[in-house]
Amino acid sequence: MSFNNLDQLYRQVIMDHYKNPRNKGSIDDGSVTVDMNNPTCGDRIHLTMKVEDGIVTDAKFDGEGCSISMSSASMMTQAIKGKNIDHAIKLSQIFSEMMLGNDYPDDLDLGDIEALQGVAKFPARIKCATLSWKAMEKGLEGEK
Amino acid sequence: MNAKELKKYFPILDQEVNGHPLVYLDSAATSQKPVQVIEAITDYYRQSNSNVHRGVHTLGNRATDLYEGARDKVRKFINAASTKEIVFLRGTTTALNLVAQSYGRANVKEGDEIVITLMEHHSNIIPWQQLAKQTGATLKYIPLQDDGTLSLEDVRKTVTPNTKIVSVMMVSNVLGTINPIAEITKIAHENGAVMVVDAAQAAPHMKVDVQQLDCDFLAFSGHKMCGPTGIGVLYGKEHLLDNMEPIEFGGEMIDFVGLYESTWKELPWKFEGGTPIIAGAIGLGAAIDFLSEIGMDAIEQHEHKLASYAMDIVTEIPGISVFGPKRGKDRASVVTFNLDDVHPHDVATVLDADGIAVRAGHHCAQTLMKWCKVSATARASFYLYNTEEDIDRFAASLLKTKEYFSDVF
Repeated sequence: MSFNNLDQLYRQVIMDHYKNPRNKGSIDDGSVTVDMNNPTCGDRIHLTMKVEDGIVTDAKFDGEGCSISMSSASMMTQAIKGKNIDHAIKLSQIFSEMMLGNDYPDDLDLGDIEALQGVAKFPARIKCATLSWKAMEKGLEGEK
Repeated sequence: MNAKELKKYFPILDQEVNGHPLVYLDSAATSQKPVQVIEAITDYYRQSNSNVHRGVHTLGNRATDLYEGARDKVRKFINAASTKEIVFLRGTTTALNLVAQSYGRANVKEGDEIVITLMEHHSNIIPWQQLAKQTGATLKYIPLQDDGTLSLEDVRKTVTPNTKIVSVMMVSNVLGTINPIAEITKIAHENGAVMVVDAAQAAPHMKVDVQQLDCDFLAFSGHKMCGPTGIGVLYGKEHLLDNMEPIEFGGEMIDFVGLYESTWKELPWKFEGGTPIIAGAIGLGAAIDFLSEIGMDAIEQHEHKLASYAMDIVTEIPGISVFGPKRGKDRASVVTFNLDDVHPHDVATVLDADGIAVRAGHHCAQTLMKWCKVSATARASFYLYNTEEDIDRFAASLLKTKEYFSDVF
């Protein structure tokens, strides 16, 4: 199959997050709730985060969307749990740079997120990947 | 007609995408343009560019003749009685907004009803939502049958003597349903309402005869019918347009201008404020010449054959669900589908890697997506330059998509 460059997009770890999303659901007493959608394609995310003393102690997401948007949301919640607000927002900025195909600082541990690098080569899909991150940033900006 | 021969007129189709010859199956979003249209536009800019309706000079006259000549081509194309009934605007959306904000604001009041259907494109929903909010009128929806068609019985139940406007798409951009516009128009008229037709997906693909339909307004866009973007048409019956106020004011649309009062030009120019879309109209005229030479009946037949061929092949693929009516006479050349649990974006990305362009998303029909009980779908849509080989490539790629995702899942 001549789908080699597709394999850069649909990496195994992405598919794993899509099939087995981490932190799926909603926190009942979540202190921060953000609903966001991508009006051009219908993807939507419902993000709840618990923030205590400036630390994101829990994060869950619910929503509908493609493999890229849902796996990205799963990875995002995993990455920000236990981090302080500035750290989480910095991760989001790094993620944006990654999506633009730019160099990004390598002082933070990105874990699974690095698997999404291939999305940069598929411009039509960048918005799918960034949806949950935008939601997270919006929610945490209000908590600063 | 010979689609393979016609394809040669479309330079854009002769290219590779991601290492594969391009198969363009997104004509319901926008069609490709033949050299005849591209050349008409460049010829205009190279030889005749000038402002219209005001020049004493030669180029001004030439540009005016070309622009007004295009209007007459449109008139003939939809069999309108007079060029006074043909208004050049930016597209279907602008045309429907003009009807809502001019005719609607003047004729719809609190307690009145505006009737549309559940399958409409956003461009035929939001203008009426806004009008209902502005006037206190009620917006009502004609429901859909299980197969995505309208029943005239439902139309009769929804349209009442309180209804002032009925607005329905002629062909669904998602379901491929071809609606019985002439019959719905009759029901609208029996109840004293005007009939508005969104013909954006009809004018490119079949014969549209406004006198036979007897509709009061009809809107379509040039870019879906081999013409350029940024040009569209509002047809309106002369006596209705005559009594309507413009909603855009300024140059080009005025007759006499005083310090505090002004008067408007006659039809259709009073609705064409500002320097008009001259090159766009000329490009649309060239597109109409191109389509007319092939013949709308031949195009309709070709697409019907393609649609049936595609429905036969695609519905055989295990795990596929296709939305809209079954294959048949009243189905346009649009196949909207979902494949197993693979999200339509992922389907479209894999097809694109194979050189095949399809649309994925909500197709500007979020209310219809809710009715379909999905958040998004993928859509392949065909036009005169598509062939059965294109559909074979599409079907083969769908099978590969299925295989690819069963591998990664």
